[in-house]
Amino acid sequence: MIRFSSITYTYPNGLSIFKEFSWHVERGEAWAVLGPSGCGKTTLLYLLAGLRFPSCGQVLIDGSPLIRPRPETGLILQDYGLLPWASVRQNAELGLRLRSFYGPDGKHVPQDFQTGADVLSWLDRLGLSDFQGKYPSQISGGQRQRTAIARTLALNPDLLLMDEPFSSLDAPTRESLQMLTQELWAENQLTLVIVTHAIEEAAILGHKILLLNQPPNTSTRVIENPGSFQPDFRYTSAYTALCRELHLQMESEK
Amino acid sequence: MKRRELIFAILVILAVWQAAAMLIRQPILPSPLVVILVFFQELVNGSMIPHVLASLWRVLISTLLAIATAAPLGLILGQSQRFNSLFSPVIYILYPIPKVVFVPIILLLFGIGDFPKIVIIFIILFFQILVLVRDQAAAIRPELIQSVRSLGAGRRALFRFVYIPASVPAILTALRQSVGTAVAVLYIAELFATQKGLGYYIYYNGSTLFDYASMYAGIIALSLMGLILYFSVDWLERRLCPWQFVH
Repeated sequence: MIRFSSITYTYPNGLSIFKEFSWHVERGEAWAVLGPSGCGKTTLLYLLAGLRFPSCGQVLIDGSPLIRPRPETGLILQDYGLLPWASVRQNAELGLRLRSFYGPDGKHVPQDFQTGADVLSWLDRLGLSDFQGKYPSQISGGQRQRTAIARTLALNPDLLLMDEPFSSLDAPTRESLQMLTQELWAENQLTLVIVTHAIEEAAILGHKILLLNQPPNTSTRVIENPGSFQPDFRYTSAYTALCRELHLQMESEK
Repeated sequence: MKRRELIFAILVILAVWQAAAMLIRQPILPSPLVVILVFFQELVNGSMIPHVLASLWRVLISTLLAIATAAPLGLILGQSQRFNSLFSPVIYILYPIPKVVFVPIILLLFGIGDFPKIVIIFIILFFQILVLVRDQAAAIRPELIQSVRSLGAGRRALFRFVYIPASVPAILTALRQSVGTAVAVLYIAELFATQKGLGYYIYYNGSTLFDYASMYAGIIALSLMGLILYFSVDWLERRLCPWQFVH
């Protein structure tokens, strides 16, 4: 589904982040991208979202080069990205309103888009029904991130990109949202790419883990993690071993 | 400001005024009771109404014009670094100039009638709105823009769903900050080349007719107009930006 074909990306200050970097993701996979700060994780996600573009090489999705944000891709950021002046429900409806605003033009909105998607059932599914009239400043960080997830999933994406989505949340909220992400991935046949600096999160959510190094990244280091998404994986010895392995790999790069 | 506090403030001012009038005992400072009586008389017999309407019209039309021009310009400057770096030196040079110094020039340039008076109030409000809307638009976090873009928004939708709603509080703040100045400058502008408006009414009654009670009635009308405009902005803010008042 996703193919980075020998891309090069350089920051405006001249720092090269990716150099002839190639990567491949199959439809329906769940990937975690793990690496230290400044390794280019977020850049990788923005390249996937069509918000940044490589100077050389191409990002292909379903065989087509990505030249603008793709309407079937959902993006969730650590910062939630909610409109402060809109209620939870209005925020969750924003994507759908944008779709009515443009109509199915194939550019901003998929050509086969049909109106009538149900935001209320998503709010219900994500436990937000009682808060739909509240503003973002009135709800907790976890509820804000749930609102952002409802807004994205109401558009029925096939690719979900998450950039450190749970790092500013407390541990129990983070765990419950990680479980929710697993459920939603399975229910909606999503392709998932989650960027994180937390080894534990990568181990829980990544079927495959892409390790990025200090830039420039030239080759892909992938660690297979077939055990993730099993119930209670985080309490198994395989999980502990994987975390240790990831830790060693990240240390060896320093 | 609560209603009780406002009434208390008015009572304090009236009490100090009354005490001063009793102490000075000169026609130049009549008792507030006399002035309030004249104020209502002038309203009932209609002789003050055309002046109130003329002043109100000038303030309202210049406010609308300032919003209509400064808000879009502020939005463009706030979300385009290139435009902003091009124009902000000009704004920084012009912004601190007390606009009232332009009154004689504008009167000379635009002559008599409503137009020069509207222009001068417009200029005051224009810069205030421009700067606040620009700063507000520039302060929108890039993460918010990126996530709305990722939902499919292009430039047009960003304006409609992000930049315009984000600028509403800035416009209202600008109006609240400048409504007092606007009314004060309105007085100066109405001293020249007009026979309509509260500025003219105050000046004519005070300096030509030596009718100090009517002069103070005009001052009360002008302050009330400022107060009502100020409260209208408050009311609009509560209606248009309810999210700013929740806890």
